[in-house]
Amino acid sequence: MSGPIQIQPDETFILNIGPQHPATHGVLRIKMEMDGEYIVKAETVLGYIHRMHELMGENRTYPQVLPNLSRLDYLGAMGYTHCHVLAIERAAGIEVPERAEYIRVITVELNRIASHLFWFGAFVMDLGGFTPLMYAIQDREYILDALEGITGSRLTYCYHSFGGVANDIDDDFIKATRAIIPMMRKSLKKYEALVTGNIIFRKRLEGIGPISAEMCRKYGATGAVARGSGIDFDVRKNEPYSVYSDFDFDVPVYHECDSLARYMVRMDEMEQSLRIIEQGLDKLPDGPIMPAKKPKLIKPPVGDYYQAVETARGSFGIRLVSDGTKNAYRFKLRSPTYSNMSLFDEACEGMLLMDALAMLGSLDLVIPEIDR
Amino acid sequence: MSLTILNVLAAVVAAIAFAALNAAYLVWAERRGAGRIQRRPGPNVNGPFGLLQPPCDGIKLMTKQLMIPGGADKALFMVAPVLTMIPAIASFVTIPFSNTIVAHSMNVGVLMVIGFASLGGMAILFAGWGSRNKYSVMASVRSVSQAISYEVPLFITALTVVLITGTLNLHEMASIQAGGFWNWNITPSLSSPLMPVSFLIFFICILAETNRAPFDLGEAESELVAGFHTEYGSMGFGLFFMAEYAHIVIGTSLITILFLGGWGCPFGLYPGVWWFLIKIYFLIFSFILIRWTFPRTTIYGLLNLSWKVLIPITLFNLLLTAGLLKVF
Repeated sequence: MSGPIQIQPDETFILNIGPQHPATHGVLRIKMEMDGEYIVKAETVLGYIHRMHELMGENRTYPQVLPNLSRLDYLGAMGYTHCHVLAIERAAGIEVPERAEYIRVITVELNRIASHLFWFGAFVMDLGGFTPLMYAIQDREYILDALEGITGSRLTYCYHSFGGVANDIDDDFIKATRAIIPMMRKSLKKYEALVTGNIIFRKRLEGIGPISAEMCRKYGATGAVARGSGIDFDVRKNEPYSVYSDFDFDVPVYHECDSLARYMVRMDEMEQSLRIIEQGLDKLPDGPIMPAKKPKLIKPPVGDYYQAVETARGSFGIRLVSDGTKNAYRFKLRSPTYSNMSLFDEACEGMLLMDALAMLGSLDLVIPEIDR
Repeated sequence: MSLTILNVLAAVVAAIAFAALNAAYLVWAERRGAGRIQRRPGPNVNGPFGLLQPPCDGIKLMTKQLMIPGGADKALFMVAPVLTMIPAIASFVTIPFSNTIVAHSMNVGVLMVIGFASLGGMAILFAGWGSRNKYSVMASVRSVSQAISYEVPLFITALTVVLITGTLNLHEMASIQAGGFWNWNITPSLSSPLMPVSFLIFFICILAETNRAPFDLGEAESELVAGFHTEYGSMGFGLFFMAEYAHIVIGTSLITILFLGGWGCPFGLYPGVWWFLIKIYFLIFSFILIRWTFPRTTIYGLLNLSWKVLIPITLFNLLLTAGLLKVF
């Protein structure tokens, strides 16, 4: 390797984005064949932080696996543990008290807002605006503080447990959550003024990074990516689980298929989550948080079970094959980010590097969740 | 003869000191300002209000090893940081800070400052090419196309001002605007009705010329890691960093002299160097505010803005001003 770089006019070159790169927000590598600033071909290389969560799920008892689930997605961990307990409860036929269901929904939605806030900050930082991240993190801090009060942890929660939740919520939590709702509504207005209405911001996203509905179906994209492409699918509405059918909320859908549509979906989702939390606090029933009768050792009967939930990134599912012992025979995780990421290779062909990385940001990737 | 040389030498030393001091403390101001904007304290540990942070940073940078990547073009790699600093300092020689504080009042002052400013683009090209890093090359290509497209409207706008004032000498240019803000070039007059627009365009061009956000495509940390100075550490990086702020000081000085009456007071009271400093620091503050508020533009958005919007407007303004000057 000596002498100057020699590039012929019609020659393409390989650019390695990552595994360590500011735009990937984690250990993700994208091998790009570039023609100047244009991407000719992209190849995503996954697996740098694969930790074999699925194998661990097969080698450990069901309660032992529960903490693993929150390590998948460190930003929206609550939804993942929720999915696990729902899957086991469905398989083992454990009844859940209503109060526990409501508490679960409230915590999951709080966590969803926290996750979207962090995404919002990081996404604007991908576009070169550093300040919104700080504002978003400050708002997120209130939510994390509230959750820390009842769960004891700030990111990797292990709060939902089989049959209910680990602790009952207290008045401090209810007071803090009641305070968060108007604060968040005010913040969302502020973000709209600071970021959404900004002309540079809109120019960078409008019509950029198109992902068609067909492409979403082809790769199995869910969550805000699919809803930004006009697919009206939300597990909370389409296959209601827990007590979501009791709540009145909308599923924001945009038909523009561009990066801005995905951004708008997430911003609107925060408002819908606030509505759910508000209703949940109003309707919160009294009662126990754990069922009176709960099996000591969880041994689901022989069978094949699937449970999907809507996490902050999309539809997350657990397929559980039980052979009647205390370990799962097969434990398969369907992670939304993996599917959302896989369409990137096709979608970014022919795009400029800048726009492609803006689109990558709009997919809302959490790398540990891809490489589970 | 020897007195002139001594004079110029003293001016150069003063210019280096002024540039270095400004660069160091503008970094501090920027970080404190960013902290204020982002609801965090910023550097506040070293010394009162963190005022000792710049010397600490300087010592840290100077004690680091200068790494040259394998396969890099050594000569270009080494010369680039120096080349970016020299024009910045040289430009100070002809900038009049007040009626008396000017090292060398040149008859081609505007030309010289803009000419030296263009050298900055070359330094970035050298740095990017010499680093043997694909990110750096891409960044330097971006920077150069950006510099070329923004120097055109910049120079046409400067030419409009030259037409109005009838001189290329920065000192005379500021003297003509003495008296009050109604004499400044930014105020529209019968012969130059579009001057506020020109001021805005000039401001945007200086932003782009100094590689500041939202036009910091040469650095673009979210896609090109650190752009043209990815491979630089130690004082190589330090020089790039200082030169950025030195360029900002030059750019804001140029705006002040061309449009805001140089050292003159807005109401004609006590003209002097303080008014000059107030104006440039006010402009620098607005640079900082813009940087921490707006996201980055794209390269094509930037080029479109220059070639499709700014250049036609500036050309129209130049023709209009020339015509009206003939009439009135």
